[in-house]
Order: sequence, then C-alpha cells, then structure tokens
Amino acid sequence: MGHAAIIAGQGFNGVSLASILLLTALGLALSFGLMNVINMAHGEMLMVGGYLSFLATKMVHGPLAFPFALLLSFAGAALLGALLEVTVIRWLYGRPLDTLLATWGVSLILQQAARSLFGAIGVEVVAPHWLEGSVSIEHGLLAGLSMPYVRIFIILLTVAVLGLLMVFIARTRWGLYLRAVHQDREMAQALGVNTRWVDLVVFSMGTGVAGLAGAALALIAPVTPTVGQSYVVYAFLVVIVGGLGSLFGTTLAALLVGLFSAGVQMFTSISLADVWLLVLVILFIQFRPKGIIYQRSRAMKEA
Amino acid sequence: MKKWSALSLDIVLLAALALAPLYLSAYHLSLLGRFLALAVLSLGISVIWGWGGILSLGQGVFWGLGAYVLAMHLKLTGLAPGDLPDFMMWSGLDHLPAWWKIFEHPAVAIAGVVVIPTIAGGLLAWLVFNRRVSGVYFSLLTQALALAFSTLLISQQAYTGGFNGLTDFSTILGHPMIDPGFQRNIYWITLGVLVLASIACRWLTHTAFGRVLVAIRDGESRVRFLGYHPAAYKTIAFAFGAMLAGISGALYVVHVGVISPAMVGVIPSIEMVIAVAVGGRSSLTGVVLGTLLVNFGKDWISSAMPEMWQLAMGALFILVVTALPQGLAGIPGLVEKLVLWSKGKREAKMADQPAIALVEKD
Repeated sequence: MGHAAIIAGQGFNGVSLASILLLTALGLALSFGLMNVINMAHGEMLMVGGYLSFLATKMVHGPLAFPFALLLSFAGAALLGALLEVTVIRWLYGRPLDTLLATWGVSLILQQAARSLFGAIGVEVVAPHWLEGSVSIEHGLLAGLSMPYVRIFIILLTVAVLGLLMVFIARTRWGLYLRAVHQDREMAQALGVNTRWVDLVVFSMGTGVAGLAGAALALIAPVTPTVGQSYVVYAFLVVIVGGLGSLFGTTLAALLVGLFSAGVQMFTSISLADVWLLVLVILFIQFRPKGIIYQRSRAMKEA
Repeated sequence: MKKWSALSLDIVLLAALALAPLYLSAYHLSLLGRFLALAVLSLGISVIWGWGGILSLGQGVFWGLGAYVLAMHLKLTGLAPGDLPDFMMWSGLDHLPAWWKIFEHPAVAIAGVVVIPTIAGGLLAWLVFNRRVSGVYFSLLTQALALAFSTLLISQQAYTGGFNGLTDFSTILGHPMIDPGFQRNIYWITLGVLVLASIACRWLTHTAFGRVLVAIRDGESRVRFLGYHPAAYKTIAFAFGAMLAGISGALYVVHVGVISPAMVGVIPSIEMVIAVAVGGRSSLTGVVLGTLLVNFGKDWISSAMPEMWQLAMGALFILVVTALPQGLAGIPGLVEKLVLWSKGKREAKMADQPAIALVEKD
C-alpha cells in the first residue's frame, strides 16, 4: 500500500469518525444553543439507540429489519429525551452547572440499568447483507485503499440527517420558532411562541439523532453500557470548537476533530492522540474563544 | 448567635475526629484517615465551586499529580541503590529517567506534591479564563483533561506503571508503613493538614479576595466593569484548589499504598464533586462532613451490594442538585424557613388576611 493510499485511508476513517461525532454533537449543540443546557446523559442516548437497534434486529428479520432498527432507535431515544426534559431538565433552567450534574446522575442510572439488562459485555448488531463488503481500489495511486460499505453508509446517513435538519430549521414553522427562541427567548414568548414546547421538541429531536448515531455505531462496534461515555467527551469538544447553535460550525468542528484524531494516530498511539486533541482545543480557544461560528451580539451575557 | 452555633459544630466535629483513635477499630480508623485526606481535596473544590462558581470535573488530575509524585518517591526509597522499579525493567528501560530521579530526595518530593499541581492548575486556568471561556465550557474541558490524563498514564507503561499504577511501598522517611503506630501517626498528620487547610480556606474566603470571588461568581462582567481582572482572581482560586488536591492525593497514597489511573479518571473526578455537593458547596464544615458521609456510604453499599452503588450515586446526584442545592449545610436554613413560613401562615390566618409568603426566593 502506497503512502497516498494510507493517507486517504486515514482520511476516510477520520470522516467516518467525524460522522458519528457530528450525529452525537448535533443534539448537544442545538439544546445548548437554545436552552443553555448541557446534557451529560447525551452519550447514554447513543447507548440506548444501540441497544434498541440490537433488539429491533432480533425482533424483525428480512430486508426491513435495519430500517426498522433505525426508526426504533430514533423514536426510543427521542422519547427518553422528552421524558428527561420534562422530569429533570425543565426544573433546572438557568442553572447550567446544576443541570450538568443532575444529568450526569441520570447517565449513571442508565448505564447501570443497561448493565443489569444486557450484561457488561457488549452485544453485536449484524449489519444487513447489503452492507457487507467494501469498495476496494486496486489500481492507480490509491491502490490498496479499502472503504467498507458500512462506513460509507454511516457517512451518507449523517449527510441525510444534516440535510433534513437544515430543511427543518430553514423551511418549517417549527424551525422558525426555533430560530426565534434562539435569538431572543423573551421576545418570542411575547409574540406567542410556546417556548416550553419548542424546548421539548428540540431537545428530544437532539436525543433522537444521538439514538441514530448509536444505531449507526452498532454496525461497526459492539454496544456496551459505557459506549456513550467514550464518544460523548469528544462530542463535547466538538461543541466547544464549533460554537453555539450553528449547524455549520458544528459540522466543521466535527470534521476537524475527526480528521485531526485520525491524522495524529498515524504518528503516535491513540492515547497520545487524545492528549494532542485536548492541547489543540485549548490552543484553539486562545484564538476563537467562542468557537468557529458564533452569534455576534451586543447583549451582555452572564454565563 | 448563628455564628456561635456554627463554631460549636466545628469544635464538636474536631473533637470527635481527634478522639477517633480511642474509639474506632484499626480498620475503621484507616478508612476515616483516607476519607479525611479526601476532605482536603473537597475543601479546595468548595472554594473554587462554592465561592468562585467554577465547576471542575477534572480535579482527579491535580489530585493524581500529587499522588503520583509522592508514589514515585516512595517507589524509589524502597529500592536498593542502582535498581530500577520492576515495571521499568519489564518494559525494557535500562536507566532511571531524570524526572523520576529528582523525586528520590524527600524534600524535592514534598515540594513537588505542592508545586506541580499548583502550576498545572494555574496554567490551565489562566489559558482558559483569560480568554473569557468559562461556565460549562470550562467544566467540559476539565473533563476532557481527566480523560486524557488517565489514558496517558495507562499508555506510558514504562514510566507510570501503566494500568496497575504504582504500589508496593515499604517505608516513608525511614518508617515502615505497615506498623500500627505509623498508621496512628499518619492519621494525626492527616487531621492536622485538614485543620490547616480548613483554616486557610476560611481565611481566604473571608478576605477581600473571597468577596471579589463571590462577586465574580454572581456577575463576572460587572466586576470587570469595576476595574478588576476576574481571570486573575479565578486563576489564583483554581491554583489554590489544585494545590489542596495535590496534597490530598499525596496523603491518600500514604494511607492506601497504591495509586492507579482508575483512581484519577473521569468517574473519580466527578465523585469528588458529588461529595462536595452533598455536603453543601459553600460550607467548609459541610463539605468535610459530606465527604466522610459519601465515602463511608460508598464503602458500605459497595461491599454489601456492589451493583447498587452506581444507582445510589446517580439518584443522590439528581436529588441533591434538584431538591437540596445547598447540600446538608442547607438543611438548617430550610428548616428555619419552614418554621418562619408556618408561623407566618398562622399569624396571617389570625389576622384574617390572605397568607403572605414570607419566604423569599433566593
């Protein structure tokens, strides 16, 4: 395998990692931008999505199994998110640090519940047969490069979700409400927007997308009770780099983090790549403390 | 009057702790000792979180730095001259790295325990706060730091002992560490350090510095408009907290005789915060009590029903944060308010007027 193929291969891995990170971070960025809430149990939504897709492929067989698994993991994680919003997060508005701790408690409980239900050892989701195999390049500059269909599917899924979300925000009535509340909560409320409902819908949509990420991740790695934790810390870094409530910024940040991790891993171990990633983020906020893209505003915000 | 009752609680607590060697078994005394070591860390978290409003989810890093520095010293003093620690030989190192060698001298090691976490904490805080990044961003960054620190320790097997960490210590400053008399002495030393740390915290929070810190917590921009430099205050507070964390880690190592990456990662760091939240983040006596309570509770639950600990901790988190944000220390105030409220209700009824809420929302 030539140098070009190795670099292209790592680039492909980076984009595929970025896709999962982006699916995870989208919900975080949306609800943080809108409600100033960080949901530490967000990683567990990923885990729930993974387990639901495992259950779905056990229940249903045939060609419809996998689409059903995707649907179920989205719906299940969205419902759980709605429940979380109504029972815990709603009561802690305006106290972001306390929300962070309370949702961490929720994440511990969900992890332990998963451990009791499914055991500490991971379960595997068998990918449908039309996702088996890979695209291999045998000639030319990139000879030896191999891209599994599953990873290509995950990237396409992410692009589709991103596109739908953009249409939702830019073209629908609820998207208009979302933008209004994001810009000026009080004003939106005064004009008759039910901000409670907007919060609830956006939050559960975000956890639903994380559930999808879980279903996608289940195709390439076993689902374990702690699978969410290992991804969500990077998703937080993506949110920090991306800036508040901007789909474009979050996407760019996910690509940056994914490609950087994959790139550094060519030279050092995975664990050192973690350290360098953190150093990069701390250096990055020296130049752009509010992230890649942020709302310019003259309002004084006490965060 | 309120001040006196708080002071008398402190005196009762201190007396109970000072007399503990008389009424506790050796096993429980050693548990109490290591939890008191953790209480030093909690005091630091209380200053930066309760007063400064900075939530760090990475205190395990500074705690771990102190712990590892002392553990390196203990590892070196247990060796014959010219020998290498066992894990270094297994990993194929043939000589001691210089940054290990310097901690052979006890004075350097003790200085390292205090200075290294302080500098690390101060540097991180300055880089982040000076760019006006704060709030949840800082919490998430410190959590990532805890993750990176523990994975780094695991991966550098040859220098850190990897997943198993550092253990098998025999003597400290020439004293054998398993001697029962030594156990009692180290208990006294830990208690002494805790008292000193608590006096330092009390002093710091009662000076003008403490006032500015609270002002920053409640309105950072306003403090900036008044001409202060909030980042400098927050950095000093954070470095102070990191210093207490380092000292606490070193004491803990002396008590338990082992330090490993699993003790300094994301989960332990957040357990340190919950102990403070349970005690009451802005009550120095409360956080000491909270630390003892949570850790004895953990010891009890996890030996009786291991799988329950995580559930219990999760539930405790949610409960304390939503229902009791001031922790145990908030209970007296809550009772007082309740009494006032019911009194007010009765009086209002007597006056045949609609009840007026006497309780102000804070």
